[in-house]
Amino acid sequence: MAEAPVIEVIDLRKAFNGREVLRGFSFAVAKGERFVIMGGSGAGKTVCLRLIAGLTRPDAGQIRVFGRNIERLSEEALLPIRRRMGYVFQGAALFDSLTVYDNVAYALHEHTSLPEPVIASRVRHLLSLVGLETDVQGKLPDELSGGMRKRAGIARALAIEPEVMLFDEPTAGLDPTNSKMVAELIAELGTGVCETAVIVTHDVELARTVADRMAILIDGRFAATGTPEQVHSSRDPAVQAFLTGEAR
Amino acid sequence: MANAGYLRSTVEWYGGIGLLTTQVARNLALPPKYARLVIQEIEVMGVRSAGVALVAAVFTGMVLALQSGVNMARFGAETYVGPLVALSILRELGPVLTAILVGGKVASGITAELGSMLVTEQIDALRSLGVNYIKRLVVPRVLAALIVFPLLTVLADGTGLLGGALVAVFERGVDWYAFWNTTFYWVTARDFFAGITKSVFFGGLVTLVGCYNGLTSTGGTEGLGRATTATVVDVAMGVIVSDFFLTKLLLILFW
Repeated sequence: MAEAPVIEVIDLRKAFNGREVLRGFSFAVAKGERFVIMGGSGAGKTVCLRLIAGLTRPDAGQIRVFGRNIERLSEEALLPIRRRMGYVFQGAALFDSLTVYDNVAYALHEHTSLPEPVIASRVRHLLSLVGLETDVQGKLPDELSGGMRKRAGIARALAIEPEVMLFDEPTAGLDPTNSKMVAELIAELGTGVCETAVIVTHDVELARTVADRMAILIDGRFAATGTPEQVHSSRDPAVQAFLTGEAR
Repeated sequence: MANAGYLRSTVEWYGGIGLLTTQVARNLALPPKYARLVIQEIEVMGVRSAGVALVAAVFTGMVLALQSGVNMARFGAETYVGPLVALSILRELGPVLTAILVGGKVASGITAELGSMLVTEQIDALRSLGVNYIKRLVVPRVLAALIVFPLLTVLADGTGLLGGALVAVFERGVDWYAFWNTTFYWVTARDFFAGITKSVFFGGLVTLVGCYNGLTSTGGTEGLGRATTATVVDVAMGVIVSDFFLTKLLLILFW
């Protein structure tokens, strides 16, 4: 029997102030798969990711995460499910009054009773995994560059050893070198650290580097879904316009 | 249409405060490691606000004694300045002025802090890490306020009375012993505890308003500025209006 998908979304709908952002679409993410959702600004990509994490409630449709329907769960009931996911925010959303060390160690301090030396060694390991020097540990988030903040955000999300990573525009606002480094990092995480991931982005290059499967979100629906090759060869003019950067 | 919108937002605000109160009640039991958060908040609210509360209280006591001394002398009742000042401070002015002054300062700070955490997605980051943000951000502040406000009120009561006594004795020529004798004769422990009960309620009210306005601020940094200003007004109005009903309730229950 095939393994149940880690994330399953069925006929999802969401509107804000009467404007329907997501108009009913379905997808499933299997264990070990990296699924990329692409779309232009304001297409509803971030909303989609927030719905999966239970940070926003849908108007209609079902969201099944780890085999459990989450769309009507209370905030308290969602907490243990969120502890199995790592969410990387577009702006990193690091706690600005805490050092990088305290940010990365935050979930470990909250959810485990590990002794401090063990936490410290885990933080060092995570920072080196995301390519940050250990001397950034004592710095505050506003002392870091955009790329470093993004990587610290990834380290924080990885601290509780999530089963699924959710990336919101991981390369947005980064220069080409940092974008490439983050893309490579996400690809590397797929080999042994956290295989399953949902990535929302408008970065075609990132999608090409990391996606096992991808979908293009246009007008609240998926206009194309499949492997990167299948999506890139789609004959839908709206998909082609988006991929070639000619969509208006 | 504008009235309908205003009515709707008002109903939403009261409903939201009610919902936040039930969420806080459900999450009152904190893990032991959060005790340091409560202590930290006690320091922020109490130690850093004591000066404001005490200066306001001493001058309120002084002006009360001055006004009542001058006016009560007109019908020969200057010896009752002590009980008048004491009852006014213990039952009303101590808890109410402390709640408005310290509450406005504390609650607007809470709104600004939580609101900026909301704008920068730090609250969502907490939620995404599986942290109960009500337990982490709201409950420690409410618990700290329930401890700090009565303590500050006790201090305000004491300094207010002392200020009143000094003016009555040195400005109005009332005898020091007569002042305290009449005060202790007419004022009972019930008067003191009525004020302290109010201060506990005000502490909870003030922090809930501050937290709610911060957690629901919209419109980015400009909206956050509006929310912070609104908190100062909401706290003052909330304390003044609820004080009447609370006074009525306490008189029914304990008079």
